[in-house]
Formats: sequence, structure tokens, C-alpha cells
Amino acid sequence: MSVPVVEVTDLRVSFPAVDAVRGVSFAVHPGECVAIVGESGSGKSVTARTLLGLTGEEATVTAGRLAVDGVDASTFNERQWRSIRGRRIGYVLQDALVSLDALRPVGKEIAEALRLPWRRARRRVVELLDEVGVPEPEVRARQYPHELSGGLRQRALIASAIACGPKLLIADEPTTALDVTVQAQILRLLAERKRGGQALLLISHDLAVVAELADRILVMKDGVVVEDGPAGQVLGAPEHPYTKTLLAAIPGPGSRSTRPGEVVIRATDLVKTFGRRTAVDGVSFELRAGQTLGVVGESGSGKTTTARLVLGLLKPDRGSVEVDRRQVQVVYQDPLSSFDPRFTVRRILDEALEVGGTPRRERGRRSVELLAQVGLDAGVLDRRPLKLSGGQRQRVAIARALAPRPRVIVCDEPVSALDVSIQAQVLDLLTGLQAELGVAYLFISHHLGVVHHVSDHVLVLKDGRAVESGDAHRIFTAPSDPYTRELLAAVPGGHYDQADPSRRALPGREQHDRLVRPPVG
Amino acid sequence: MIRRLLTRLGASALVLWGAVTVSFTALHLTPGNVVDVLIGSSIVTPEVRAQIIADYGLDRPLPVQYVTYLGRVVRGDLGQSYQLHEPVVTAIGAQLGPSLQLAGSALLVAVTVSVTLAVLTARRSRWIQVVELVGVSIPTFWTAILLLTVFSFQLGWFPAVGADGFAGLVLPVIAVSIPITTLLTQMMRENLELVLEEPFVLTARSRGLSDLGVRLRHALRHVLVPAVTLLGWVIGLLVGAMVAVEQIFSRQGLGQLTLSAVTGKDLPVVMGVVLFTAVLYVVVNIVVDLLYLVIDPRLRSAA
Repeated sequence: MSVPVVEVTDLRVSFPAVDAVRGVSFAVHPGECVAIVGESGSGKSVTARTLLGLTGEEATVTAGRLAVDGVDASTFNERQWRSIRGRRIGYVLQDALVSLDALRPVGKEIAEALRLPWRRARRRVVELLDEVGVPEPEVRARQYPHELSGGLRQRALIASAIACGPKLLIADEPTTALDVTVQAQILRLLAERKRGGQALLLISHDLAVVAELADRILVMKDGVVVEDGPAGQVLGAPEHPYTKTLLAAIPGPGSRSTRPGEVVIRATDLVKTFGRRTAVDGVSFELRAGQTLGVVGESGSGKTTTARLVLGLLKPDRGSVEVDRRQVQVVYQDPLSSFDPRFTVRRILDEALEVGGTPRRERGRRSVELLAQVGLDAGVLDRRPLKLSGGQRQRVAIARALAPRPRVIVCDEPVSALDVSIQAQVLDLLTGLQAELGVAYLFISHHLGVVHHVSDHVLVLKDGRAVESGDAHRIFTAPSDPYTRELLAAVPGGHYDQADPSRRALPGREQHDRLVRPPVG
Repeated sequence: MIRRLLTRLGASALVLWGAVTVSFTALHLTPGNVVDVLIGSSIVTPEVRAQIIADYGLDRPLPVQYVTYLGRVVRGDLGQSYQLHEPVVTAIGAQLGPSLQLAGSALLVAVTVSVTLAVLTARRSRWIQVVELVGVSIPTFWTAILLLTVFSFQLGWFPAVGADGFAGLVLPVIAVSIPITTLLTQMMRENLELVLEEPFVLTARSRGLSDLGVRLRHALRHVLVPAVTLLGWVIGLLVGAMVAVEQIFSRQGLGQLTLSAVTGKDLPVVMGVVLFTAVLYVVVNIVVDLLYLVIDPRLRSAA
């Protein structure tokens, strides 16, 4: 094979508090896609940033060999690194909404990488946007990130990373913040780049995403590569127990028992418009005690509006919701923004208990009890949200929701911000609590695997209308609406998609499918 | 956009109307005959007294007096100062120049220095925090006296008195700008430190931009919205700062005028200064609001 685009042996990166990367070796050749998979804190992103010299001043980097395009980079100074960034190696971060400067038009962002006179740069920007499949590139170049959809933003971000024709494109969680269908489009775009000879380094916590593209997979944990091999081998016959856990943790259908209770929410023919846009258009559903109704759809489908109508935060234009709102609590996607950062966990729970009418002297005992219910010990009581991990935070959010002993909890994308293995833990916690306390969940998510895992019934929304609703198992195994089928087909890893022969061609597909689908029961 | 601007102007008109009403009320709530209150400590002839009664319509019912007063203010007539023997508008106009010169220079210095300091020190040096703390804590009048003692009386570098030329401006400008500079630096530096943690900064650096380039081309603009807010607020407070600084440096200006009007019970001038300050506040706030739209495109679509 030709000269590798990057080559790293025995890479070690340490920060004052932690040894983030401890002896990682790999190489990426032209036209090859290498993926590094691991949870947050595994050192995968730090490894990627080392290739750009962007680990920060506090980091100490040592390597047996660190070469970019055959040139030794281990002694590069800042100026030399800058000549690598963008030119030899492009870098795409997770969420384009925050990875692009919100105050500048996307065209300017892309032009910045080019370092050309503005007139020539503008022509090139339009070409680049066209190349990554952005329609009406002249118009889009003048728009700001918040004016573009998630998919277009991500494409613009990719355009800015490939502007100078780098040999290697590093994509750090490029699709995590996106809806399934858009995710599939972005993965397809990356696959096209790869076919065009571009080397790819894909960083993800999600093995299912990586499976589509990677030729070689490295699994990282605590700064060490625990498994390294061709994609088919890693997905099909994993050796390390951690890889097996990661594969098993990918959410999929779970086993549900059905115990129909009384109706706790009855929504009839809800309509809600904002200006000329109809956000929710004639949606009806019922939620019974002790059950879970999953609401699925892409962003803009009316999921969140439906939740707000149920919570009474919005008034429907037509239709009605019958629900005892004193009995309803909420868990949001990002608990960090729904907590006061200055409050300790003790105060967060105390406040929720006070609202729920628990007498002052019992609150301390109840707080500890609530934490135990969500699998946390009393040690976290005096910590503030920032000092908790994502999973712990979401557990505290669930404890807070449980404090007033609600009968219904509205979960709005409760695990979308979490790593897969943590996701599985939180979902298991939610199901466990349901069995124990008999709470009903209105479970909103764009992630079909997650919804399938927890739901008894499913409501599929598209443009504010319910396109399909009914028993979860039936909808996931035999969807009748074409849109539902499209959603299912777009799930990466393809474990809902057995009809598409082109995907079968990928190495290790069959073994992977078998492993990704957790055993029933 | 147009609608937002109109609402904004309507609200401003309400604020000004409120200020006029408050000054009218103050005039009538001050103990003593209204004519005596207006005259203050000066002595006037009976003809002038009759003129005042006619001008303010004091022989007519209160609502008529209010409407008369309102009408005069709208025409830009803030009345007559019987101590200065000139119209209030003329008095304020004459003192406005030196004050604007001082305030304008102080703001210019404050903005230039604080932007430079914030951009250069954010996430780089710790000592700046001490400087900021000291600067914010020292009262302006004390800085002024200290500067005067050292640079005028002892070293004789700058004149101790007067507002003539550049040399006379240096010490007052320093005295006024120190607290504003440090306050702005602290706010911008802390905000910059948060912005520099954002993913788009990493993305910009991954395109090959230098650290300074990222600060100037990307991060700085993100701290401008809070900076402009703070600056608008500071401009309102400047009128108060002028009183102390102009007195200490024996400079002409709005501060001196206000001070002598208050101590001499020259109510027409006091009322005039109150109205002028209200107009200043309103104008500054409209400018600040428009600047938000220039800085942040996201606010444009919300407007």
C-alpha cells in the first residue's frame, strides 16, 4: 500500500489530572476508513486532536512515531501544525449548530479555510457546497447556521473541512446530533468521499454508525485500544468483553409485559398552529397507567409540541387533553440545562419534594430514598450538576421527576445525549421503575431503537400528523405506512432493514446483524 | 423589523413623558410657593414674578399648568434659569461640549484598552484579575485626587485646573475611564473564556487559524452583545461621575452645572438636567438595541 496519510505508534497523551491516551498505534491509508469507537472519556477524541496538534497546552504528547503524510510531526511547532490543519487534515465535529460560528454566514466560514481573495473564495465556496450536496449553494452560502436544517449545517461543516482538499478527514461523532434519516444521508456523503480516495478517521461511540463505513475498527477504553482489527472481524467475532458489551448495548427491541391500567392521558384530535405552520394536526392517543407510549418522528414532526400540549405549557387550538397535571412530571434530554447549576443535588431534590408537599423533616430521608431508587448513593447529595457525569445527571433528573410521586412522566429524548452503554443503563432504570412504581411514560424520541426498547405502544408522527399508531411490536416488525418503513430503513447498523441488498455487501454484515439484535427475552 | 422599531420608539416616548411628569410633580411637591421655588435663591423684580406666573400658567388650574408645561418641553423650551439669567437650554448647551469631550474620550479609551486587554489575557494570564479587582474597587473621586496630587502638584506634568487643550484632558479621562475599563475588561475576559471553550473555536483552529485570529475573528464578536449592554448602562452612570470629576479638576461641564444648580436650588436647571439625562438614556438604549441586531444575526430573524 501507499504511504499512510497518518501513522501513529505508541501514542501517549497525558493531562495534569489524567493519562488520557496510553499507547495507541494505528495508520490510515488513502481511501481507507479507520474508526475509533469508545465511550466518552475513552481517549478517542483526544487521539484525533493529537493528529492536528490541538490537544491544548496542558497536554503532554509523546509518541514512538507521529507522522503526517510521511513527515515526522512529533516535533512540530504551532506554525507547522497550522500548515497541517485544514490543508492535510480536515476536522468535522459533532454538532454543526455549535461547531460553526453562529454569528457568521456559513459561506464565510468555509472561505476562511481557503485563505484566498474573497472573490475567488466565493466561487470556490459555492462549488464546495454543491459538492457536499447542498441545494441552491449560492443562497445557502449567505445564510447563518441557525437558518439551515441540521443536515445542511452538517454538510456545510464538512464543506469547510474539505475546502483545502485534505488527504485525511477526521469526523468526530459526525452524526450523533442528527435524526436517523439525515444521519443516513451524511454517512452516505462520507462514503462517497471515501470512494473518491479520501482517507477517513471516524470517531464515534456508536458501533452501529461505524459499521456502515469502517474498514478497520479500534475499540478504545480508558486510553487503551482493547480491540483492533478489520471491521468484519471486530463486529462479527469480537474478542474483548468490552466490545461485546458495546455491541449488546445498542438499543433494540426489549421484552415488554402488558398490564393495561386505567387511562391517565387521553388526547383527542389535538391541533396546534404557530403562525402559518401547523405543528400538530389532529393527533389523538391514550396512555394507560403502568404503560409506555413511544412518540417517534424527526425533528419538526410535532413530537415536542405534543409533549408541551400534554404538559399544559401550550394551549391546543382544537381538541383536548384529559390529564391530571398534578400527576405529571418531565425528564428532558439535557438535564444540565434544566438544573440550576448553582444548586446541589440535595437542593434540587429538596425543592422538588417541597413542591410535592413532603414535610420538611422527611425530605432528607426521601432524598436518599429517591437516589437509591435511581441507583445513586447519598454521596452525590452535595455535588452540583456540573460535577456529575451525563448518566448520573440524568438519574438525578429522574429522581427529581419521581419526587412528587407522579403517575405519568413525560420523557423528552431522555437518553439522546448519552453514550450507548449509559443509554442502556438509563433505559433499564426507567423500565425497572415502571415495574416497581407503576408509572406511565410518554416517551418521545427520534431514536427508533430506544423507543422500541421501552414502548408498549408507538405513535409515529410526520409533519404534525400521526401516520401510524398501535402496538410497538407490530409497528417495528410489520410497519404499514411507507414513512415508518423509511424511518426503520434509515437506522444505521440496519437491524431493521433486511431487504436492502447493497448493505449486505459490507464485510461482516450478517454476523453484525445477529449481534446487534439483542436476544429476545 | 419596522414594527419592532416603532414599538421601541413608542416605549421611548412613554419614558420621556414619564420623566417630564416626574419633574413637573417635583416642582409642585417642593415645599413653598412655586414661583419662589423656581426663582430659588436669587432676587427678582415684581415684573419677572408676573412673567413667571404667565409663562407657567400658575394662575390657572393644575391640569392646564401640566399641559402648558408639557407643550413647552415638547417645543424644546426647558424654561429660564433666574440665577444664571439665561434659558436652561442655553445653559446646558454651553456646558455640554466639555462634558461630551471628557465622556467621549473616556469611553474611547475604556473600549480600546478593555478590548485589547480582554483579547490578550483571556485564558492566558491570571494577574489581570487582580488589576480588574483593584480598578473596579477604587472610587473615581479618590483616583482623581490621587492623580492630581502625583501628576499635577508633585510632578507638574499636567495642569491641575481647567479644560483647555489635550493636557487638561489627560488626568480626568484616566480617572473616569479606570472603573469603566476594568469593569468592561472583567466582563469581556470572563465571557471570552467561556466562548473559547465552544466547539466552533476548535473547528476554526482546525482550519488552521491562529489563536489570535480565532479570538479576533470569531470569539470577540460573541462577547459584544453583553459588552454593548454594559456600555449602555455605563453611559447613563457617566453623568453622575462627571459631577465628582469636574469638581475635582475644576472643569467646566454638565456635572458642575448640576452641582451648582442643586446647591443653589436652581430648580429649572435641575429639571432640565433630569430631562436631558432621560433623553440620553433613551437614545443610548435605542442605539444599543440596534447594535444587538448588527452583532447577532439570530436576533434579526427574531425581530
